[in-house]
Amino acid sequence: MKTFLILGAGTGGTMVANKMAHELDPQEWRIVIVDKFETHYYQPGFLFIPFGIYTPSDVTKPKRDFIPHNVEYILSDIELIEPDKNRVLLTKEDKVINYDYLVVATGTQIHPEETEGMAEDGWYENKFDFYTIEGATALSRFLKFWKGGRMVVNVTEMPIKCPVAPLEFLFLADWFFHERGIRDNVEIIFATPLDGAFTKPRASAILGDMLDQKGIHLVPEFNIGWADNDKQAIVSWDEQDVEYDLLVTIPTNMGAEVIDRSGMGDELNYVPIDKHTLQSNKWENVWVIGDAGNAPTSKAGSVAHFMLDVLIENVLRHMEGLEPLPKFDGHANCYIESGFEKGILIDFNYDVEPLPGKFPLPGFGPFSLLKESAANHWGKMAFRWIYWNILLKGGEMPFESQMTMAGKWA
Amino acid sequence: MSLLETVALNDEGFMTNPDEWTKELAMEIARGEGIAELTEDHWKIIEFCRANAESSGAAPTLRQITKGTGISTKELFALYPKGPAKKVAKISGLGKPEGCV
Repeated sequence: MKTFLILGAGTGGTMVANKMAHELDPQEWRIVIVDKFETHYYQPGFLFIPFGIYTPSDVTKPKRDFIPHNVEYILSDIELIEPDKNRVLLTKEDKVINYDYLVVATGTQIHPEETEGMAEDGWYENKFDFYTIEGATALSRFLKFWKGGRMVVNVTEMPIKCPVAPLEFLFLADWFFHERGIRDNVEIIFATPLDGAFTKPRASAILGDMLDQKGIHLVPEFNIGWADNDKQAIVSWDEQDVEYDLLVTIPTNMGAEVIDRSGMGDELNYVPIDKHTLQSNKWENVWVIGDAGNAPTSKAGSVAHFMLDVLIENVLRHMEGLEPLPKFDGHANCYIESGFEKGILIDFNYDVEPLPGKFPLPGFGPFSLLKESAANHWGKMAFRWIYWNILLKGGEMPFESQMTMAGKWA
Repeated sequence: MSLLETVALNDEGFMTNPDEWTKELAMEIARGEGIAELTEDHWKIIEFCRANAESSGAAPTLRQITKGTGISTKELFALYPKGPAKKVAKISGLGKPEGCV
């Protein structure tokens, strides 16, 4: 009996388990998935919790509900991965799993403690993140009774999970304060290490204009050095202060600590991979899906989904002694909530930046690229249902993994 | 005549062919970025970035620079104000560092 081992039962790992359960012969293969938590979070939904649009129950379900019955699910932390010995040590009962193939899907976590002064005085009192269920719900309680003041949203350093999420947070906050009738009492500031609103030039210009129109003040090239809790300010390495009444931080993002312990990661604990085949650079039976790897694309669920078919095909080819195919193009597809029941959609890959046009059907849509529309907003809201019911179970989506230029204006 | 006019640049002013890079070019780009003179510490970082890019194919990120050279983030910002990773990459004749995705 051979073992196909998946580490992590988040978006990427769960999709791989579902696909491989169909592909592998149960007489020959045992499929095992390991995760330390019982709850699966719909992470894109965290964004909506601070504004009372979603409650925690809208974004949580048991992980077990999404793991196929013929996959063994072990609830345990991982002590160590030993890729040279093809084995993984678990913390639970000191169990050892020897594997033939390993898929690393251990994801990305936030580390506010990487910034001096951040996760200390005032943490979850007037300093919050919205990348965890705890942060998002604490912030929702704060915003419910806030009378206004100076709100600063700060990105600590790149790369971050879902690079558009900070912008969506800003747009939704603008809408939320309008609805509450306190927008005139709130100053909104966005301090980012980037030189504009976003990483890609054309989208950055359009999104930057939207910040302007909504009266959101952009502080570019702001690299936070530390949080000064006495002054209630964040301070950049070049000692520029930005004072706040409410700080919403997007902390340093890093891969899992077990990747570091096992000596498998780069300086941010991401596993180096071939960005087109998704195979580890070092171990040929180790594959990486989603934001656990160092592929230079967005760390988002849509990207993990576009990686899925390429990864499965390449693993199956490898089992047959064939070379992996360099088919992953870095494709990302993000709905950006822009407030007032509108949204923007962007679609891009390693080589092509987000462009205007229609998606997925050229000329028709129904979604508009790089332009605000109500349909884009409803697409985003419908996505939660698609995520729980189709995507996690490895079901078919109505578009290809690779990006297409059809319907775009270059 | 400016040396920069003799080499290929992209829209954001990054050199597209690292082989065309010379120390004289680095000094000229640095002046354009508001760094009047490149000191020994500046050069140490530039050399690290050139070597890193040669082996990995990409300009290093800020964390790779601090880890690889032992220079603290604070010192790095003092040497190359605002965005050090981006600035060093530009001065070293390399593309924009990945991680900006």
